[in-house]
Amino acid sequence: MAKTRFIKDVGLTARMTLVMFLLGGLFVALIVGLMYAFPSYGILIGLGGIGIAFFQWYTSDKMALRAMRAREVTPEEAPELHGMIDRLCAMADMPKPRVAIADTDLPNAFATGRSPSHSAVCVTTGIMDRLTAEELEGVLAHELSHVAHRDVLVMTLASSAGIIAGMMTRGAQFGGLSLGRSRNNNGGAAGLMIALLVSLVVYAISFFLIRLLSRYRELCADRSGAFLTQKPSALASALQKITGEIAAIPSKDLRSAQTMNAFFIAPAISGAGLKTLTSTHPSLEERLEQLAKVAAELGRPMDGGFPAPGGGQ
Amino acid sequence: MSFWDSLMGRRKPIKANLDALFALPTASITLQTAAGFNPTGVGSVCYREAEGAAFAQTQTDVLELLNADEGPDMEKSTDQYGYTWLLSRQDPSDMSALVTDLHAVNTTLEAHGFGPGLLCSLVGFTDASGRKLGLVYLYKQGTFYPFVPLDGQRRDNVVEIQIRDLIGNDLPIEPQLQRWMPVWGAPGL
Repeated sequence: MAKTRFIKDVGLTARMTLVMFLLGGLFVALIVGLMYAFPSYGILIGLGGIGIAFFQWYTSDKMALRAMRAREVTPEEAPELHGMIDRLCAMADMPKPRVAIADTDLPNAFATGRSPSHSAVCVTTGIMDRLTAEELEGVLAHELSHVAHRDVLVMTLASSAGIIAGMMTRGAQFGGLSLGRSRNNNGGAAGLMIALLVSLVVYAISFFLIRLLSRYRELCADRSGAFLTQKPSALASALQKITGEIAAIPSKDLRSAQTMNAFFIAPAISGAGLKTLTSTHPSLEERLEQLAKVAAELGRPMDGGFPAPGGGQ
Repeated sequence: MSFWDSLMGRRKPIKANLDALFALPTASITLQTAAGFNPTGVGSVCYREAEGAAFAQTQTDVLELLNADEGPDMEKSTDQYGYTWLLSRQDPSDMSALVTDLHAVNTTLEAHGFGPGLLCSLVGFTDASGRKLGLVYLYKQGTFYPFVPLDGQRRDNVVEIQIRDLIGNDLPIEPQLQRWMPVWGAPGL
């Protein structure tokens, strides 16, 4: 049997499973709460929320590229970038995503799309100027891992409870739910209050859980990307360059990129305070520490030293 | 990739498929008789160097092993994408010796857990007019495709398609044309 240097990170997997389970539970709790408050059309609201989530997921590649004003490039226009992605895809045995370049000095890269065969990888001109070929390749491998893991789908599903809760609070704000009140006087008003309360709580909890999940997905993509290029230190030095540069750039220029933060390789907005709880990306230290572990695993002698009881695994 | 693996964000490195390489000698005879392409006796393996002492040691072992015979030494080079190429030269008439060399590189890398780093292998052919042909083997798919470079980073797609139809019975050919990626200036062409 062929030997592999790939090791499973059991702790990370367990933490991520727990977060996904909690998010699923939150979704069920919200729907049950809505059905209790509005027995007649609670289900409809739930379906509407899922519909919006589905639409976001289905059009994610076009939306994201448009939001970043990115332009799809052909192999003739960007032969180096295409060559790199061609080779990485051949090593990873995955379909090649579309390649786009966003003309902004902000050093960043993101991947988006509803499935590996309908996906796009986008890099900014800023990141191409700042990183060496090896570092850029590490970043691309990280983005390709996002594609392979279907992170857009996972994150959209995870945020559907939050989307519905957000709809509910906004609907109450504009009196869009007054229909229920006029139909059955007192019960409707109480139901509206309950729904509003439940939605607010669900929204708050899902806000933190989604960000936690996002940080775990980033760590997963770092790991897989490092195992793909076999050069964890290239990704580590790229991360150091990018995050260092981003912190140095005034935040005014970055505001237009805010909605895209969840799919960036490094978050574009830096702030203090609740940062660790609410950030979509793990801290640089955490990511570097993990990459160092991967590097140690790659450098370990396979035969001798460690007798592997489970055969090749 | 399974549903569970993608839910867990766990992409295992894809293992390399090494067996199809031994079909090359048969395909080489077909190419000589039907298309006039003769083997140049040059072949190369392209892989990704991993960091760390374990890989450096493995690579040194491979080179020592293959340079132990009296033939020309393996040539090692790095391309502009950061991939390493090991080039082997053998007698043009002895295709199986060349394939054995290439296979030795693969098995050694794989035995030490670096199989996921293998990208492709290339075996060179040329016809009487000096036109070059490379048969490229993709490790992760276990398939071959022909690559016929012209001057100035263009490739002769017509000849490539003809070659595909010729050797389709001898070798597993990559069915997806998008995966027929060019390897400009690859050692061994």
